[in-house]
Amino acid sequence: MQVPAFFEYQRATSVEHVVTLLERFGPEARIVAGGHSLIPMMKLRLAQPELLVDVNDLHELSGISVSEGELRIGALTRHAELLASPVAGEHFPILHDAERVIADPVVRNRGTIGGSVCQADPSEDLSGVFTSLRAVAVVRGTGGDRTVPMREFFHGPYETAVRPAEILVELRVPLRPGAGSAYVKVDRRAGDWAVAAAGAVVSLDADGVVTEVGIGLTAVGDADFTAVEAEDLLRGRVADDDAFAAAGAAAAEHCRPTADQRGPVDYKRHLAGELTVRALRAATARAHRGGFPE
Amino acid sequence: MGVTVNGVEHVRDVEPRLLLVHLLRDELRLTGTHWGCDTSNCGACIVWMDGLPVKSCTVLAVMADGRSVRTVEDLEGPFGLDQVQQSFMDCHGLQCGFCTPGMLMTARKLLDDNPDPTDTEIRQAISGQICRCTGYRNIVAAIRHAADAEAVGRGDT
Repeated sequence: MQVPAFFEYQRATSVEHVVTLLERFGPEARIVAGGHSLIPMMKLRLAQPELLVDVNDLHELSGISVSEGELRIGALTRHAELLASPVAGEHFPILHDAERVIADPVVRNRGTIGGSVCQADPSEDLSGVFTSLRAVAVVRGTGGDRTVPMREFFHGPYETAVRPAEILVELRVPLRPGAGSAYVKVDRRAGDWAVAAAGAVVSLDADGVVTEVGIGLTAVGDADFTAVEAEDLLRGRVADDDAFAAAGAAAAEHCRPTADQRGPVDYKRHLAGELTVRALRAATARAHRGGFPE
Repeated sequence: MGVTVNGVEHVRDVEPRLLLVHLLRDELRLTGTHWGCDTSNCGACIVWMDGLPVKSCTVLAVMADGRSVRTVEDLEGPFGLDQVQQSFMDCHGLQCGFCTPGMLMTARKLLDDNPDPTDTEIRQAISGQICRCTGYRNIVAAIRHAADAEAVGRGDT
């Protein structure tokens, strides 16, 4: 039987309560929401917090809305809620593409968006999705709110910009009328972690030239989950198969996969390139030239 | 902590590290919920919490404090088995039976939300569950059978 070590448990009554508890207990306190990353790690004693702060009652942290030109996703929003959200799918199909392949429907009932990005697992799907979307994280501590671009959010495997006495409250994705987006993943079986995956967000001008592009990579060793070289190569070029192939080659060249039970380095590098091409192709097919849908 | 399980409120002193599956099985003696892989992969431990299927090996019992839990024991009603239970019997949807409680709870929720699912939707709904007898074909057939039987019961066909 897998049982976590002893810990104390508190059910938070407000975000301020969370911050107060985190301050008092220091780095030995951990926030628990869905618990589907943290509880397995506690069972294996890979994590051994002294205090768990349960945020599941903080309804102000959940929900999806559009406000001030941004799609706003509360940190406590469940994966199942994001997948079921018409407004999220309408603006950014990449979110639904990714959610469909994250774990399984029952895990998605419980796991949260904020928990996934704060876990910062190198194989986690939403990290590359939010970096490709150039989302911004809103983090709250004793000094109030501060914002962190998702491209500066990840500090390495399982490490983020969220400090010990802070809590992620929201992710904000700037709306991009007409942009197309997609996420493609290769996994070994239903619900598994990615062998590799890629996400793309593409904006086109009236001539089909790429005006802005975001490319996220999952599970291939990019500390910030972003294929910057491929983006730079694509910006200003006509979105065609030659351009996608060049971007894919750049993504494959610059990623840093490691060999593990999911595959050797050369296979993962090949996937990074090919999935970048496919994500770009699918995102472009969903984009509207000139910015606005007809 | 206090939790309502199958409509009955239970109050217990528990360690925070007790998992919901063990509260149900060891404290409340509701052994219909099975304890399988312990890693949220197999789905044998699926129960409903506040109306949604969850894997109870990955939920702390204290996280269910003040909430409502439904287990497989609650499927049977005063007039007999739930239709999904009956259909699993009729279609041989179980062999060893270990995964069955989780399969039944997911199937019931699926049909409550989507009374006429496609086979693909059924397979997606149970994709977080493992039948080590590999009896998926009959499990899918059983859920389809339950959907059809309930449609007849509603007069939809």
